[in-house]
This record gives sequence, C-alpha cells and structure tokens, in this order.
Amino acid sequence: MTSLAEPRTIRPEAVRTGSPRRRRLGRPRLFPFAGLIGVAVVLGVWSIASAAGALDPRKLSAPWTVVRTGIDLIGDGTLQANLGPSLYRVAIGFAAGVLIGTALAVFAGLTRFGEALVDGPIQVKRAVPLLGLAPLMILWLGIGEQFKIVLIALGVVTYMYVQTHAALTSIDHRYVELAEVLGLSRPAFVRKVVIPGALPGFFLGLRLSATIAWLTLVVVEEVNATDGLGKMIFKAQDYGQSDVILVGLAVFGIFGFASDAILRVLERKVLSWRRTLAS
Amino acid sequence: MATYAGELTAAVRVSTVVRRFGDHVVLDGLDLELAPGEFVALLGKSGSGKSTLLRALAGLDYDTAGSGEILVPERVSVAFQDSRLLPWLRVLDNVVLGLPKARELGRAALAEVGLDGRERAWPGELSGGEQQRVALARSLVREPELLLADEPFGALDALTRIKMHDLLRALHERHRPAVLLVTHDVDEAIVLADRVLVLDNGRIVVDRRVDLPAPRSLRDPAFHEFRDLLRGALGVDTEVPA
Repeated sequence: MTSLAEPRTIRPEAVRTGSPRRRRLGRPRLFPFAGLIGVAVVLGVWSIASAAGALDPRKLSAPWTVVRTGIDLIGDGTLQANLGPSLYRVAIGFAAGVLIGTALAVFAGLTRFGEALVDGPIQVKRAVPLLGLAPLMILWLGIGEQFKIVLIALGVVTYMYVQTHAALTSIDHRYVELAEVLGLSRPAFVRKVVIPGALPGFFLGLRLSATIAWLTLVVVEEVNATDGLGKMIFKAQDYGQSDVILVGLAVFGIFGFASDAILRVLERKVLSWRRTLAS
Repeated sequence: MATYAGELTAAVRVSTVVRRFGDHVVLDGLDLELAPGEFVALLGKSGSGKSTLLRALAGLDYDTAGSGEILVPERVSVAFQDSRLLPWLRVLDNVVLGLPKARELGRAALAEVGLDGRERAWPGELSGGEQQRVALARSLVREPELLLADEPFGALDALTRIKMHDLLRALHERHRPAVLLVTHDVDEAIVLADRVLVLDNGRIVVDRRVDLPAPRSLRDPAFHEFRDLLRGALGVDTEVPA
C-alpha cells in the first residue's frame, strides 16, 4: 500500500471515441438506401431476361418499353385523363369514409347508447366482404360515380370505425383512475385523456383506410367505368397491352406509396410526443 | 376548509372499515385517525391491505364489498407508484391538468420540485426521478389537506430515492398536508414519518410515534431499535445481519 499501482496502458480497442457506437447485438447497417437493393435486383433480372428475349412481350413487356409507353400515355394525355377521375373517386370516398367512420366511432366509443346502436351493425357489416356489396350498391345506385364513391367510402368507414373505436374504448385504466383522483370533469376527461390517447389508433385507421380505398377503386373501375386508371388497365388486358397495365400498376404504386407517406408525416407531426419514446 | 363532521382535530378518520374481495377479508374492522399535518408511514407485508386502505381513502374502491365510515378532507391528492403522467401532455399541462387558470401556480410548483425550465418538455424526455417530481408538483399544486402516496419511490434507484426523501420532507414542512405514505421500506418509513403503522391481516398491529431527533441518522442506536421493532412486526428475522 506504499506505492500507487503501476500505470497500465489501456488496450486501444477499449478506448471509446466520441462518435456513436454501433449497437453490438443489432444487425449492422449496410449503406443508405440499402433497402432498394432488392428492387434493383428484380429490375435487373427483368431487364436481362427481356433483352435476352426470354420474356414474351405480350405477357411482360421490357422495362424500357414500359417507360416509353408511360411517356407516350402522358404525352397524348391518356394517363392524365384516367388519373383525374380515379383520384377524384378515391379522395371523395376516403374523405367521406373517414368523416363518417370517425363520427360513428366517437359516438359508439363515448356513449353506451351509441355503442348499443352502432357497434352491432358495423360488426355485421365488417363480417360481409366489402366487394360482395358491389352488386347491391349497383342495384341501388346504378353504375355511375355514386356507386364507386359509396363503395370506397364503405370500406374506409369500417376500418376507421374499428380502429378508432378500439382505441377510444381501450384507454389505460390507470389514466381513468388518475382523472378521477384529479376530479376531472367528463368533458375535460374526454378532451385531455380519451381523445389524445386514441389518436394513435385513429392514425392506424387512416393508413389502413388509404390502402383499402385504392384497392376498392381498382375493383369498382372494372365495373363499367368509362375512365379511370382501373378502367385503363382492364382495357389494356383486353388488347394484350402488358406495357399499359404495368404503367397503370406503377402509377397505383406511386400514389399508394405517396398517400401512406403523407399520412406518416402527418402522424409524426400530430403525435410528436411519441418520438421521445421511439428514439 | 373542509369540515370534519364536528371533530376538528382529525384530518382523516376511519372507523371500523371492512373491505372484502370475495371471501377474503382484506381490511378487518380497521380504525385510524390522522391529525392535520401529520406524516404517517404505513408498512405491511404484501397482501396486508396497505393499498386497499389507501384506495379506500382515495375513493378508488368502488365495486369492493365492505362497510365502515371514512372521513377525508375536501382536497386529497394521490401520488402513485408510477408517475402516471399523460405522455401526450407537456410537463406543465400535466401539472395543471383539470385546473383551469392555474398555469402560474403550476410553474411555481415545478420550480419547487426543482424542475423550472422544463415546463415544455414531454414526460418521455424526463428521467424516472424527474417524472416522479412532476407527479409531486401535480399533487402539490392542488394544495391538498391529505396526500396519499402509494410507494411513490418504489421504482426509483437508491440515490434518487434519498433526494426524493429530502424533497418530500421539505415540501411537507412548507405545505403541511397530512400524509399517508405506503411503503415496504422500513428505513424510508423511519426517516420520513412522524408516526409509523404496521398493517397485518387487515388490522393495525403497530402504531408508534417516531421520537428520533432530526436529522434522523442510520448511526443512531435508537434508529436501529426502532427498525428492529418494525421488522419484528413485519415478520422479518432481525437476527440476520442486513
């Protein structure tokens, strides 16, 4: 105990630099946009197979043919003429469905009377496949715009209702207890506890609804539409134009991805308190 | 001020309270009085009825079978084991939740628990100790005559817990609410309380004033004596060195 311990050199690998370390047990990251590798491989295989003549162009056109067809369709205005009505149907159907679905969920989620009145019919409606309702809707509304928009809205209503209602009725009982101890009034409880607590469920409903809206759109446009992206690709099927079908699918993909991205951004903004937990 | 049904000396009066879950009697004709401003710690093995008593006082025991009379003051605050902050409300909004036009008071309460400047933080950005301090500020801002605390420091690390003890004592000195602190920590009870109760099988088996000079120190032999007494009542073998 008379002298201090010998100075020891620290092994270099034990020295930590200022830069953040990689999580030891995590899966290491590759590089930015590594998620696109799979897409690139698929495109590559497709291109090579097309160039080698291994693909029948009537079944699957070459990627460059699809791009050229896409440019042509934009050039002569065909794509825009079909995209416009499609976007209109999806937008109106989605908006109406979100409004009605959320309103029903709030009514059923906050009042026992509403629950008794609304929940049963919606659960029955949920058990019936959405597209199975198409013949009935056509019988009632004809084959015009109304039927298309109503069917899209019906799908959205169900998703919005189920997710939002579940979120509203599954508030953590600890928060209910807290509200009671603090003597919160019922309106304050709903405003400060129930609704903010249900917002994550509401956003999940929005994202699922966007998916179902696009899905329904394609199907309803198959039914005697005169325009629309869905109509465009079904007509192309009749003429064996695989390139037009692929352009249509690509546009669906782009808009589906974009609508989800917009909702995700919105969700992150509104639920900014969550970032602190996720990060 | 609240009226205590003719008796002005008690902040809390519990008379022959029985609480039952099925056939199991949790509180068995319990009697208890707390004086205004009195700091009482409630010890007991798990399942002894501590939380049931606290929930009965907080008025959170609906759907529980039982009888008896409970008188509590008008303004009661509860501190839970988890801080129970709403994650979607900023710190200040959590403190003044349900109190319109109390933002200045809320700011003052946050300053009192040492969190001034954090009003706009989200609860998720705070440490466990800080969250529990926000919860204390939320209790304080309501100027309670009775503070019910259910193991409020149970989830905190030892160092943070010591700091929280000092804070709670200081806040009690300043605001003088009656406090009923449920804890499983014998030392915590002796350090903080004016009076310690031990609950066993739904009855109070020990009710002792803590007459130790402040500041209470673990080195004080009287502290050890007291601790041994409480441990004995809790059924912990005191012969085994801790």
